[in-house]
Amino acid sequence: MIWARNLALSFLVVTAVAGLFAGSLTSGYAHQFRDLPSASPSRQHPLGTDDLGRDRWARILYGTRVSLFLAPAAALLSSLFAGLIGGIAGFAGGWTARVVIAIVDLFLSLPWLLLLITVRALMPLNVSPVTSVLITFVLLGCLGWAAAARVVYADTRSLSQSDFALLARASGAGGFRLLWRHVLPNLRPILFAQFWISVPVFILTEANLGILGLGVAEPLPSWGSLLRELESYSSLTAEPWRLLPLVLLIAVVSCFQIVLHKEELPV
Amino acid sequence: MKKTLLVRLTCILFLATLARAQSANELRFCLKSDPKTLNPLLVTDDSSETIRYLTGGVLLRVNRLTQEAEPELATSWKVSPDGKTISFKLRSGIFFSDGTSFSAEDVAYTMQQLMDPSLHSPTGDAFRSGEGKVITTVTSPDRLSITFPAPVAGLDKLFDQVAIMSAKSPQKEKAVLGPYYVADWKAGAYLLLQRNPNYWRQDSSGRKLPYIDSVRLDIQQNRDTEMLRFMRGEIHLINSVDPESFDKLAAQNPGMVHDAGVSLDAEFMWFNQVAKSPLPDYKKEWFRSTNFRRAISEAINRDDLVRIAFRGHAHPGVGPISPANKFWFNSDLKPHPFDPKSAMQRLQQDGFKLQNGKLYDRGGHSVEFSIITNSGNSYRERMATMIQQDLGEIGVTVNVVLLDFPSLIERITSTFNYEACLLGLLNNELDPDSQMNVWLSSSDTHQWNPSQKTPETAWETEIDKLVRTEASTLDPKKRKQLFDKVQQIAWEQEPFIYLVNRNALSAVSGQLQSVHPAVVRPQVYWNIDELSFRPEVASAK
Amino acid sequence: MVIWKHAARIVATILLGGLIGATLLRLAPGFGADEEQLDPRLSHASILARSQNQTNDNVTVFYFHHLRRIAGGDLGMSRAFERPVSELLRERFPETMKSVCLGLLLGWAAALAMTVSVVMVRSWALDLCTSIFSGVLLCIPAALLALLFVLTRAPARLVLALIIFPKVFRYARGLLARSASMPHVLMARAKGLGQIRILLWHVLPPAAPQLLALAGVSVSIALTAAIPVEALCDLPGIGQLAWKAALGRDLYLLVNLTMIVTTVTLLANTAADILGQPFKVSHA
Repeated sequence: MIWARNLALSFLVVTAVAGLFAGSLTSGYAHQFRDLPSASPSRQHPLGTDDLGRDRWARILYGTRVSLFLAPAAALLSSLFAGLIGGIAGFAGGWTARVVIAIVDLFLSLPWLLLLITVRALMPLNVSPVTSVLITFVLLGCLGWAAAARVVYADTRSLSQSDFALLARASGAGGFRLLWRHVLPNLRPILFAQFWISVPVFILTEANLGILGLGVAEPLPSWGSLLRELESYSSLTAEPWRLLPLVLLIAVVSCFQIVLHKEELPV
Repeated sequence: MKKTLLVRLTCILFLATLARAQSANELRFCLKSDPKTLNPLLVTDDSSETIRYLTGGVLLRVNRLTQEAEPELATSWKVSPDGKTISFKLRSGIFFSDGTSFSAEDVAYTMQQLMDPSLHSPTGDAFRSGEGKVITTVTSPDRLSITFPAPVAGLDKLFDQVAIMSAKSPQKEKAVLGPYYVADWKAGAYLLLQRNPNYWRQDSSGRKLPYIDSVRLDIQQNRDTEMLRFMRGEIHLINSVDPESFDKLAAQNPGMVHDAGVSLDAEFMWFNQVAKSPLPDYKKEWFRSTNFRRAISEAINRDDLVRIAFRGHAHPGVGPISPANKFWFNSDLKPHPFDPKSAMQRLQQDGFKLQNGKLYDRGGHSVEFSIITNSGNSYRERMATMIQQDLGEIGVTVNVVLLDFPSLIERITSTFNYEACLLGLLNNELDPDSQMNVWLSSSDTHQWNPSQKTPETAWETEIDKLVRTEASTLDPKKRKQLFDKVQQIAWEQEPFIYLVNRNALSAVSGQLQSVHPAVVRPQVYWNIDELSFRPEVASAK
Repeated sequence: MVIWKHAARIVATILLGGLIGATLLRLAPGFGADEEQLDPRLSHASILARSQNQTNDNVTVFYFHHLRRIAGGDLGMSRAFERPVSELLRERFPETMKSVCLGLLLGWAAALAMTVSVVMVRSWALDLCTSIFSGVLLCIPAALLALLFVLTRAPARLVLALIIFPKVFRYARGLLARSASMPHVLMARAKGLGQIRILLWHVLPPAAPQLLALAGVSVSIALTAAIPVEALCDLPGIGQLAWKAALGRDLYLLVNLTMIVTTVTLLANTAADILGQPFKVSHA
C-alpha cells in the first residue's frame, strides 16, 4: 500500500505543479486558432483543439488551477461545517440539537438554486472570472454540508454515549475537551467521506452553475467546463481525446482516496 | 374468364390493401415541451404553435416554399382599397371534426374572440391597427367581411395564423377544421393526433387527405436524445437540427438531412442606450455613439462566426430582414466587412486611443464592457467568446456573462442593468409589420432604448415616421420602398449589430415522401396533409 | 406524546420551508419576467397585463392566502405550465417516487453489498478497487450518464441508482470499517464466531444509528439528484417540475414543491431518528 500511496501522491504533486506552471508549459488557454477548430492531436496541439480552435492541452492545465485547488478547498469547508454543526448538535443534545437538526433538514429541502441566482444578480456584471469562480466555490462549500451534518449528528450522539466517552467524563474531561479530543477524531470516517465525495461533485456542480452565470467565465477553463463538452452525443463519439478531462478527474479523485486512505480494516 | 376475374379481384384487393397500409401509418416526431394551450388564439410557445398548425383550419395558408398566400377554407378574398376591410368567400359543405357544420358565423365568432382586448393574444395584437372595434358582417353562410378601424398592411397573410373555431360545437376549441385532431394527451409524455374524418381536402385523384393516419408527438427536451431516436428510426423527422448534429447525420446518410438555405432567424447584439440605466455616463456615451457601434461591428469577423460557431450553416447578418425573405430584403445592403483598421479609425474619430494593447476613451477609462446572453444556447456562447477575442484585438475587454432567461429579461426590459446583450430572433413572419414594435421608439420591445416618450435621436424619428407610413400603406411596392429605407438606416446606425442568419436545417427519414423542406416554420411538415410513407415501408407496416 | 412532538416539529418546519421558498423566489431576479414580453407582436397593454400576472402581494400575505387555499384543496395555478398545480403533482409525483424508490433500493443494495464485502473480506485490493469504482461514478457528469443510458437503451430511472450508490458506499464503508475494527469484534472473531453472525450482531448494530441517518439523508440526496436526471432524461416527474419552476419563477408550483420535498425529507429523517433509538446503547 505504501508504494500505491507514494505513487498517488507523486501524481497529485505533478498535476498540481503542471497546473501552477501552465504558463510555461503552454502557449495560453484563450487564443482561438481559427484555422484549426476541432483539430485532431498534433505536435502543435498535443490534445487537439476545441470547437473554437483553443488548445485543449493548455485548457486542461489551466483548468487544473481552478479545479485542483478550489474544489478541495470548498470540500474542506463543507466538511468543516458538517463536522462542527453536526458535532455540536449531537454533543449538546436537547433543544439545541432539535433546533439545529430542524435547520439542517430545512437546508436539505430548500431550493438553493434561487439563492445562487440572487447572488449572481448582486455581483457586478464585469466581475473578473477568477472572482466569479472563487465566489462559486465558497458558495458550494457553504451549501454542501447539510447531508453530512445529519450523519455526523447521529454519529456524535452515538459516540458521546459510548464507553470511552463515559470513561473520559468520569476522568474529568469537560465539554470542549471531550468534544475536541475524543469525539471529533472518531468522526474522521464520515468527514473523509464527505470530503472525498465533495471534490468531484463540486467540480461538476461548478460547471453546471454556468447556466446561472456563476462559475468560470469565458475564456477561463475549469475541468467542469471541459467536461460539459462531453454532454453531447456528437462530440462524445467523434473524438476520444475529449475524454481526457474525465480521466484526469477520475485519476485525481482516486489519488486523493489512496493518499487519505487509512488502514481501518482489521487484519 | 374465371382467371381474368381472379386476377382483377387480386389486383383490386392488393391496391385496396396498399391504400389502407399507406394510410394506416403513424408519423412520429418530438416537441420540446407540453403545449401550454390548445386554444389556437392564445398560442405563444412553439409546442402550442405546432398543435395549432396540425389541427387548425385557416382561411388561407402561406405556402412555405413560394411564400405566397393560397386559398384554404376561403376560396377567394378581397382587400378593400382603403385596406380596412377584407371580404371572404368560403367553401361550403365543410364540417368540423365533431360533425358541426362550418359557416361564416364561425369565422365571425373566431374574430370576435380573437379581438377581445382582455385576451391579450399575440395573434390578435398583430391585427390591431388602431383604436376602435373590429366589425364582422356575415352576408351569407359562405360570405363575410371584416372591417378594421384603421388600415392593416399585409392583412390577408395575417389570417395564416388564425385557426377558425366553432361557434356552435360543445367541444369548443377541440372541434377543428385541420387535417388532425388531438385524440390523446399524456402530459409530459406524448400527444396523439388522429386524422380528422371530416377534413375537406382531397388529392387530385379525389382521395381524402391526409395520407398519414396519425401523428405522435413525443415530449422530448433533450436534443441529443432526439437525435439518437431519429438515427434509430424511432422518429421520422427533426424540424430544426443544430449544425453539429446536422454534420454528423450528413456524414452517415446525406439523404436524410436538408439544408434549405438561410432562414428568417437572426442572431444579433445591441448596446444599452437607455438614458436612465444605472451605467456610468462614460459608458452611455460610448454606446450612444454611432461610430462606436460601427467600429465594434467592423471588428467582428462574421465569416468566422459562420464558419466556426455554425459550421458553415449560416450567413453573415446584414439587417433586420433576412435574405430568405425574398420580397422584403433590401438586396442593396451587404454585411458589414471585417475591417479592424477601419474600426480603429472610427474609434479614433471619437477620441479613443490604443495604449499597450488596451483601448482608452478620451476620459482615460479603459474600454471594457460585458455581453450578457442566455445560458443553454451553445451557439450564442460560442459567438460571444469569439466576439470577445475579436474585440480584444482592438484593445476592448469583453466579459461574457451567461444568465438564465428570466434574469436576462428582467435586465433588458425592466432594470436596464446591462451593457450589451446578445440574443436572437426566431422569426416566422414574412411581413415586416410583425417587427413594427421593435422599430417604433415608443414601443416596449424597442430593445436598445424602449418606451421613449419622444424619439431621442434624429434617426429614430426618421424610422418612426417610415414605419408608421409603411404600416398604413397598402401598395406593396411603396411599402417595400419605405421599409428598404428603414433597413438602410438600421444598417448605417447599427442599433442592432446583426451577426448571422442561421440556415434552416432539418432531418427527415428516408421513409417519408413528398417532403420539401422550407426556410419558414414549420420547415418540414408544412405540407403535412401531403406527406406519406413510401409504399414499401407502408406495406411492411 | 413523542409522536405528537415530532408531528408538531414536522408541520412547523414544513410551513417555514414553504415561506422561505416563497421568499427566495420573490427576491430572486427575474420574478415576473416572461419570455413573451420580448414578442414584438404584443401590444403595450398585453405586455403590461402579462407582467402583472404574478402576484404583487407581500410574501407573507401571499403565503397566508396560499395556505388557506391549500386547506380548501386548491394548490394554485402553475404559470410555467398553465395548468392547476394539483393536476401536475398528481400526474408527476408517482413518476418521481418510482424513480427515487428504485434508485434508493438499487443504490443501497449495491452499496451495502460492496461495503459488506470490503469489511468482511478485509482485502486492501478489494477496498481500493471498490473505492476507485465509486470514485469513477462520482466523477461522471449526470448528463453523460443519462446519455450513456439512452445510448444503451437502459431504463433512465437507473441513473439515480448510480448517483446514490457512490455516496452511500463511501459513508457506509467508513462507518462499517470503524465498527469492524472495534475490540468486541476482534474478540468475537478470536472466539471463532461465524462471519455472518459477526456482521449481523457485532458490526452492524454499532453503526446502525448512523446508517439509518444516512438512509434518511439519502432520500434527500435522491430527490435532489432527481431534478437534473429527470430534466436530462425527459422523465415527467416532479424533479423536472422543480427545475422549470425555479427557472421560470413559478411561485405556486415552487412553493408547493418545496413543501412536498420538505415533508418527504423530514419524514425520512424523523423515521431514521426514531428507528435509530433502540440502538443507542453501549456498543460492547
